[in-house]
Amino acid sequence: MESEETLPIVVEFTGGLEMLFSDERKHRLSVPARDSKGDAVTVGWLVDYLCEEIMKDNRKEMFVLDGHVRPGILVLINDADWELEGEASYALQPNDNILFVSTLHGG
Amino acid sequence: MAPVPCAICKTSRALIIRPKNHQKLCKGCFITIFEEEIHHTVTTTKLFSRGDRIAIGASGGKDSTVLASVLKTLNERYNYGLELVLLSIDEGIKGYRDDSLETVKRNAVQYDMPLKIVGYDELYGWTMDQVVEAIGKKGNCTYCGVFRRQALDRGAKMLGIKHVVTGHNADDVAETILMNLLRGDLPRLARSTSIVTGDESSEVRRSKPLKYAYEKEIVLYAHHKKLDYFSTECLYSPEAFRGSARSLIKNLERVRPSAILDVVRSGEDMAKLVPEAVTGISHCKSQKVSLSSADGEEEGAAGCGTNGRSSGGEMADMEKKLQEDEEASSREVEITSKVPNGVNGQRHDRIGAKPESRNGVKREPGKKLTRQTLGTCKTCGYMSSQDICKACMLLEGLNKNRPKMEIEIDVEDEESSTLRRKMEGLALTAA
Ligand SMILES: [Zn+2]
Ligand SMILES: [Zn+2]
Repeated sequence: MESEETLPIVVEFTGGLEMLFSDERKHRLSVPARDSKGDAVTVGWLVDYLCEEIMKDNRKEMFVLDGHVRPGILVLINDADWELEGEASYALQPNDNILFVSTLHGG
Repeated sequence: MAPVPCAICKTSRALIIRPKNHQKLCKGCFITIFEEEIHHTVTTTKLFSRGDRIAIGASGGKDSTVLASVLKTLNERYNYGLELVLLSIDEGIKGYRDDSLETVKRNAVQYDMPLKIVGYDELYGWTMDQVVEAIGKKGNCTYCGVFRRQALDRGAKMLGIKHVVTGHNADDVAETILMNLLRGDLPRLARSTSIVTGDESSEVRRSKPLKYAYEKEIVLYAHHKKLDYFSTECLYSPEAFRGSARSLIKNLERVRPSAILDVVRSGEDMAKLVPEAVTGISHCKSQKVSLSSADGEEEGAAGCGTNGRSSGGEMADMEKKLQEDEEASSREVEITSKVPNGVNGQRHDRIGAKPESRNGVKREPGKKLTRQTLGTCKTCGYMSSQDICKACMLLEGLNKNRPKMEIEIDVEDEESSTLRRKMEGLALTAA
């Protein structure tokens, strides 16, 4: 059963990643609360969603490699390292701030 | 997941996991421990002396911005008595430096430090845009890197400053160590591990106070302290993004975060096994010092402006050729053995007492080793371990071929291999 329910979240890209997302650092999104199987959406789901729906750049491998966020890109969930929050399995909450920071650019 | 308390203060919520030991820390404790560890590096290596004037090689990028911020903090907190100056290089790449130089200018105000910007055009007569126009995009990072290394030293000299600090971090050092390991270049591997290059007798010393700091923590420090930094990919080096040594490091880090510092420590241990006469590093001093700083090093972030990841092939070719040249000339001198003492700034008191073996060539006792000679370039008079420094070799190629390049401009691959052959010719002449 399809749900109409959505979650308001903020997604930010810094450290050079913003150039993959229309040079826009801050994206206020309203994402579906449930995935196609009816489960609560996770950060892992969000990464796929960003690639498919938000990223206009075709250099996807600069963001995702082998199905994972590219090594060297940090993910912070409400300022906390996502490893403290269960990484990709973290279930998104309303008004979450998800920050992707590249460490691969700039010296 | 339930919030985890900070491992140090036990009260605030942990936001950071330290890659080197998995310690979970709150924002405040992380910032403090990050700064204290840099302080530890600075004091245990006796990096600075009271009254020193220090130029911070500033690109506006994360590493140099964090370096400037931390050094300012520590200088005030521990009363180092340092005079800190920001030194920036303008490679002359239209549009590319505008934003990063603006960032450095803001940093100068934020940190209340004087700023000096030196352009490639004033130093070399060529902007990077003009170099690219002449040789194409391929391989231009070699030029950018070689010019850049001297540019910082020359800029420092213009300011009358004898010590330049750069933002090289543990990931950069690990990457350089791996690259040299993969190339079988143990002498360069050994040199790349030292925190300081050059010594009291050098005109300009270089050091990397962030040598043991994880890139991840540098980015987190900048984030949590809300530092103003700029990030962009170097316009001319899209392939640098995929630098394979860097990817290897980042992949290792994902599986085992301590791997980066482990590689750095392994590199340091390997350096101890390389005879000091070959590396130019003295093991006797409390801080490791590498004699060859002028043009021999290839370091992660030194390659190119803000990106700086070495692109591999092109640079490796250039390095190999220059290296062969260097070795050929040093062999020659070893055979004739006619170089008078002290002519090249070598530390003769430490060198040449015992038999050494390099490239399978046994040396007799008493013969001088000349591999790590630090002389001056015959063309520009600048420090160089060869007669003609790398920058001058590249410049000579550029200046000679200026008209011809304009004709060949659209045959990119052809052109760069043509240039490479010309450079080889020059290298042989220089030897
Ligand atoms: Zn704490
Ligand atoms: Zn020169």
